[in-house]
Amino acid sequence: MSPILIAEQVLNGLQSGVMLFLMAAGLTLIFGVMGLINLAHGSLYMVGAFAAAAVAAATGSFLLALAAAMAAAAGAGALVELVVIRRLYDRDHLDQVLATFALILIFSEGTRWLFGSFPLYLDIPDWLSGPVTLPGGIQYPLYRLALIGIGLSVAAGLWLLIAHTRIGIRIRAGENDREMIAALGVDISRLYTMIFALGAALAGLAGALVGSIQSVQVGMGEPVLILAFVVIVIGGIGSIRGALIGALLVGLTDTLGGVFLPELFKLIADPASATATGSALASMSIYILMAAVLVWRPTGLFGAAT
Amino acid sequence: MAIRTHLAAAAALAVLAGGAQADMKIGMITTLSGGGASLGIDTRDGFMLAVEQAGRDDVEVVIDDDQRKPDVAVQIADRMIQSEKVDVLTGIVWSNLAMAVVPSANAQGLVYVSTNAAPAQLAGAGCSPDYFSVSYQNDNLHEAAGAYAAGAGFDNMFIMAPNYPAGQDSLNGFKRFYDGGLAGEVYTELGQTDYAAEIAQIRASGADGVFFFLPGGMGISFLKQYADSGVDLPVVGPAFSFDQAILQAVGDAALEVKNTSTWSKDLDNAANAAFVAAFEEAYGRLPSIYAAQGYDTANLLLSATQKADVSDKAAFRAALAEADFDSVRGKFSFASNNHPVQDIYVREVIKEGDIYTNKIVSTAMTDRDNAYMQECRM
Amino acid sequence: MSRETLFNAAILALLVAVPGWALAAGEPFTITLATRAVIFALAAVGLNIALGLGGLVSLGHAVYFGIGGYAMGILAWHAQSHTPLIDGWLTLPGTKSMPVIWLVAIAASALAALLIGLLSLRTSGVYFIMITLAFGQMVYFFAISWPAYGGEDGLPIYVRNGFPGLNTLVPIQFYGICLALLCAVLALNAALARSPFGLALNAARQSPQRVECVGLDPVRLKLVALVISGAITGLAGALFADLNRFVSPVMFSWQMSGEIMVFIIIGGVGRLFGPVAGAGLYVLLEHLLGGVSEYWQIFLGGLLLIVVLFARGGLAGLIAGRRVAHD
Repeated sequence: MSPILIAEQVLNGLQSGVMLFLMAAGLTLIFGVMGLINLAHGSLYMVGAFAAAAVAAATGSFLLALAAAMAAAAGAGALVELVVIRRLYDRDHLDQVLATFALILIFSEGTRWLFGSFPLYLDIPDWLSGPVTLPGGIQYPLYRLALIGIGLSVAAGLWLLIAHTRIGIRIRAGENDREMIAALGVDISRLYTMIFALGAALAGLAGALVGSIQSVQVGMGEPVLILAFVVIVIGGIGSIRGALIGALLVGLTDTLGGVFLPELFKLIADPASATATGSALASMSIYILMAAVLVWRPTGLFGAAT
Repeated sequence: MAIRTHLAAAAALAVLAGGAQADMKIGMITTLSGGGASLGIDTRDGFMLAVEQAGRDDVEVVIDDDQRKPDVAVQIADRMIQSEKVDVLTGIVWSNLAMAVVPSANAQGLVYVSTNAAPAQLAGAGCSPDYFSVSYQNDNLHEAAGAYAAGAGFDNMFIMAPNYPAGQDSLNGFKRFYDGGLAGEVYTELGQTDYAAEIAQIRASGADGVFFFLPGGMGISFLKQYADSGVDLPVVGPAFSFDQAILQAVGDAALEVKNTSTWSKDLDNAANAAFVAAFEEAYGRLPSIYAAQGYDTANLLLSATQKADVSDKAAFRAALAEADFDSVRGKFSFASNNHPVQDIYVREVIKEGDIYTNKIVSTAMTDRDNAYMQECRM
Repeated sequence: MSRETLFNAAILALLVAVPGWALAAGEPFTITLATRAVIFALAAVGLNIALGLGGLVSLGHAVYFGIGGYAMGILAWHAQSHTPLIDGWLTLPGTKSMPVIWLVAIAASALAALLIGLLSLRTSGVYFIMITLAFGQMVYFFAISWPAYGGEDGLPIYVRNGFPGLNTLVPIQFYGICLALLCAVLALNAALARSPFGLALNAARQSPQRVECVGLDPVRLKLVALVISGAITGLAGALFADLNRFVSPVMFSWQMSGEIMVFIIIGGVGRLFGPVAGAGLYVLLEHLLGGVSEYWQIFLGGLLLIVVLFARGGLAGLIAGRRVAHD
């Protein structure tokens, strides 16, 4: 296996990790500030992708589609927060899991009712398509490079928002002591709606960006949701930094495991059964990683001790 | 149960007493909700089109949604057998659901006629005189892809499929007729959506062509990412990833890709021309292979009722085995294990106006039966 | 308390009456539907021991359900294909006997619960939910890609397994077996809740520190609860496989875990008959709504939302009044 191929696979792992981060950031923010587990986060990802596909089909503009994805997901997020989620903040996790599980059913079947059962068309714009040659002679799709760039910029933007703005101060204060900042006159319910919409917008953005190179269909959000959960659990729930590290770890493990484990097994078994066994193990690898991290650090890499 | 009665009523299939022939009650179990619903909907629509065209008031169809869950499919089958007393079952799209329903339905003495799923077990050791597949044997399209690749002069293919039984059967089927070398053989995760890692392997492998079996959304993802990767090796696959519904979601990325199929909308025979026109008129979209298979299945069942009473099972089975109906696939007969003998074509993806579709470019295999006939003892 | 007893008695009477009504009304399929409900109830009663008594929100109970199913599938498959289960220094054949299969299912799922519990009980709260979910996914992916027993295609068993003295292929007899097991497990559950172990577990759920002060190990209590819970859900899995005469990795899916939890919530958490009422209502809804619309899951979602938001305590809470005993 050549160094170029390995470098390309590392880039692939990085790219999938960065997209996972967009999902995980919203989840972890919502959990950190509001103490809420949101299983329906994957549905917001799906809403973003469908909105992008609809707008791209109508206008032909990719940027408008991205904006629509964020707006639609943020809108859906805010609506859901106002109608359902805010009744769940002071409930136990069990109620939250169940209510948001119910939301998944409603979102999925509702989307199917609106858009039908057939996958939608959403493609990357011409100005981002095709491969570019990187130093070292690696041929790499421009769009995937753009994804890495967008993901890292969002991570930087979030860090700036939380560390250096007034809203960020409120968010951090909300994580530490909800009652206190409410007592200090901050409109806590507006803050919550805003954070929820922000998390939803990030999920919608991820849905549109990833949907352009995948298939826009009902149920696309659930596999990503489970991965995002794995990410925030590894990183420590509530920690944005943890989400970033966790996302990169999961992205790299998933990509590299799928490539190298079958190769590794070929050293000890015949090729056909090695590919099958190696692939089977690779599909379990991130869950094994998660179990290992939790056994070592029960609250994740950057989680506060409970 | 509104939907069940509604469907039956909409198709004007209310049972009338006192017909000349005995009534036939068909139970259709297919996927109408959740992921994969588009396949079941096409199956149902193709099937019902044939039933409506026949205008037979002695045939009743009950339809129910299996949600793509094996346990739900079993439960529906039990209900249809125990309560609704159907004579024949049909409609299942997925092999794992077929494995859950078919053996026990056969064991209870029911005839099952498959519109799509045809796993190896049911063609070989688990075959039954009560089980017919109108679609193909699952390996067929992969075998045809292998035959095409060998004939077209490929000798260093990169082949991949998801890591589950149908995926393993797919690669084995391909290799059964492909005699060139392999640049790589990769099993992906079932439901995988990102193929960057595999595409990088393809790029580095020095292959001269790619064979892939990635049904549903997996194929859409792969084709889009492959087209954007700059790797421009020729691609071959079975028809599952080049279905009418899927092609519109893939777009330009699928153009010129070769795929193998037992049916295509431009297949030149009268039955097919009539079917395509009627389907478009009835539902406002182009039919898919699932619709074609549903249509053929219904016509096969209807043809058998002309010859034998469904309550006389031996005679009815014999009538089915004769396959005396106008298949939209042209010539069609059953092999000794009740799976089709038919031609398999190579199609190419083209754009007709704004619609992406397929056209036949050659024949990959003539009168292909299947690899499991020796294992079938019935 | 008496209202709840009445509620429980009514459900039990309903379950006993169903087959009689089905036969009288000429709707024999209702018995199969009721069997499905009873088996789901059994799985949910299992989870309710971890969830209601132990406060352990396990989103991975499909693991035990699936292991029970595969215990049945693998044993019966070897028996029907006349191949030995283990062929080494000792030769073990497969079996088509239900009691043997049940014992294996219980032992295997208890062992799995012990292993998963040892690892996941190091965490708590939301981490526990997530790690159980992850173990579920891990087993699910393994089952899909493991070729020996059918992978994603699953394993069909042609004839239902046997029980001495009964013909299990007759729906009503199989229903009787399932109902008897459910009653036995409910009795066990009631006894457990009143036993010193149950009281200590309840205390550990509410205040682990206090339990520790009196010299008990809360983690160990929870581990025992999880093992019992997993074993019961495993037994339900074996019965479910026998009902369908089929096992597949779908039994391991996270939606399955979610559904088992939904039964409890609809019925009422921590209530003895809550899971039974919930499973019954779910199967009924699935059957009725599924006939009304292809999009029936929207209604199911809406109903679930209403129950969680406005009718806490589920069906049991609604009918039998709010719980007074503990919490």
